[in-house]
Amino acid sequence: MTTQMTSTPPAAGNGKTARRRPDGSYVAQVGRPGFAWALPATFFFAVFAIAPLIMVAVLSFMSWNGLGSPQWVGTDNWSRVLDDPVMIKSIWLTLLVTVLGVAIQTPLSILLGVWAAGQQRNRAVLSVIYFIPLLLSSTAVSVLWRALLDPNFGIPAQATWLFGDGNLFGKQASAIGVLAFVATWQFTPFHTLIYQGAARAIPSVLYQAAEIDGAGRYRKFFHITLPQLRNSIVTSMILMIVGGLTTFETVLILTQGGPGTDTTISAYYMYQKAFKSFDFGAAAAIALALVVAATIISLIVVRVSGYDKMRGTMEGLS
Amino acid sequence: MRRRPNYLAGVGSLIWLFLIGLPLYVMLVATVQPQSKYSQNGPVSFPRSFTLENYTGAFNSGFGQYFLNTLIVTVCVIGLVLLLVPPLAYAIVRSRSRVTSQIFRLFLLGLAIPAQAVIVPMFYLISKAGLYDNLLGVILPTAAFCLPMSALILSGAMRDISPELFEAMAMDGASPRRMFFQLVVPLSGGGLSTIVVFSALQAWNGFLFPLVLTQSESTKLITLGLYNFQTEHGINIPGLLAAVVLSMVPVLLVYLFARRALVQGLMGVGGK
Repeated sequence: MTTQMTSTPPAAGNGKTARRRPDGSYVAQVGRPGFAWALPATFFFAVFAIAPLIMVAVLSFMSWNGLGSPQWVGTDNWSRVLDDPVMIKSIWLTLLVTVLGVAIQTPLSILLGVWAAGQQRNRAVLSVIYFIPLLLSSTAVSVLWRALLDPNFGIPAQATWLFGDGNLFGKQASAIGVLAFVATWQFTPFHTLIYQGAARAIPSVLYQAAEIDGAGRYRKFFHITLPQLRNSIVTSMILMIVGGLTTFETVLILTQGGPGTDTTISAYYMYQKAFKSFDFGAAAAIALALVVAATIISLIVVRVSGYDKMRGTMEGLS
Repeated sequence: MRRRPNYLAGVGSLIWLFLIGLPLYVMLVATVQPQSKYSQNGPVSFPRSFTLENYTGAFNSGFGQYFLNTLIVTVCVIGLVLLLVPPLAYAIVRSRSRVTSQIFRLFLLGLAIPAQAVIVPMFYLISKAGLYDNLLGVILPTAAFCLPMSALILSGAMRDISPELFEAMAMDGASPRRMFFQLVVPLSGGGLSTIVVFSALQAWNGFLFPLVLTQSESTKLITLGLYNFQTEHGINIPGLLAAVVLSMVPVLLVYLFARRALVQGLMGVGGK
């Protein structure tokens, strides 16, 4: 998934260098490090990331309460999880939060990123400020917004003409709105940065040629900038989807899944199953479902966008 | 070429500035007011009295210890990343072995693994290893989850080293080890500082691993301190926000000095 998107470009570059000189010849191998250089990091990563990922698949077929030894129970966890109405609801909520995040953040961060890629000095200063939310932990961001939106002492309580009774956490629609807003506030700067870097890399000859042909600002944006940003859009959208599917701290701190189970998204439900109900088998099943969903959705995005065929953005440039 | 200013974009960016700036302003103003005044005047008001008691209060409720713990975790994570990633990136960029390209694929796959996906088996592993409620039990998985992005950033930086330099050293009969220490490491300063800042940020802001893998007051990290403060004294908003500001100070200081390294490195992630 992310493999295709972030990976393929560097991997392709590697292939090119490898092809330039004959492989296997003695000269080409002189001073080349062997794969042993990569082993310490690989071993460490395998133990603390890959092995747990495999274990989560195994644990989803076992019953474990966190203390004794896990027992094999077959597909019991899966059938329990799939029959659970809260779980079904959480899947829809997770999808809703993810789609909202992508739909709001993508256009916003493309516009801000392209704008910030310009040369004026004020843009550089503003970019510094835009960057700040990216430095804060999800915890700090959530605690900050929880305080600012507090039903009794927060902004909504002051502006009841806008927010009604001021309790944004009391109704499902407004609670989800808060989650989407806070995610936008926190993560748009990161995606803006991706687009800013990509927009700077667009060759200026394209714009000069378009200007000679009499293209206006909007034509240039839709016919040059957007197509040139294609690869970054895929990268950024996949990161948003994975981020959206695994939203956790925000829910834990802002809504605790409430009102009722109205904002209990899957990652939060998994945490509750594991560390509140000590039903680690069911939690592992939910975790695995999340990974599988993120992988499938990302593969679809990659396929639909044609990113896997790696069409270059340099067409028409010698 | 004639350039007209783009007013629409200008106004849009100012609105966004307001959205980013207002909460930060409200936060700073709230923390220097006494709690009673904050409750009376509400969040969006000009402060009429000044106090630092919210900050001293936050510090006295354990944040000194949390700071120290977070610092230990952050330094150790940076150390592990610096020990593991440069040789890895060197192999990715320079090795012709098939195994290396498979290893690189593995790390790129790792970019997509969210911490939530592995938290249950991680709890099992860390408990079995006897590292539950131990800072080391937080350091190891946090460092592991920094590796994929760091490998991507650093190998990108190392690719920019000119091949002629390697060829020249190969002519002199230099070993891979000598090339690594005398050529690759000195010339990837920018990439190294990016991965240091990136891992520092990850370690400093980490939440899920400490939440699940530690328990007692003596191993509590700053993010957990904030979370507990919020659940226990949620009503004391100025005190809570003062704790948030305290948790940000080191990060903002690092950002002030290493902005270029971080921004350039992260920009490359989407661009390349």
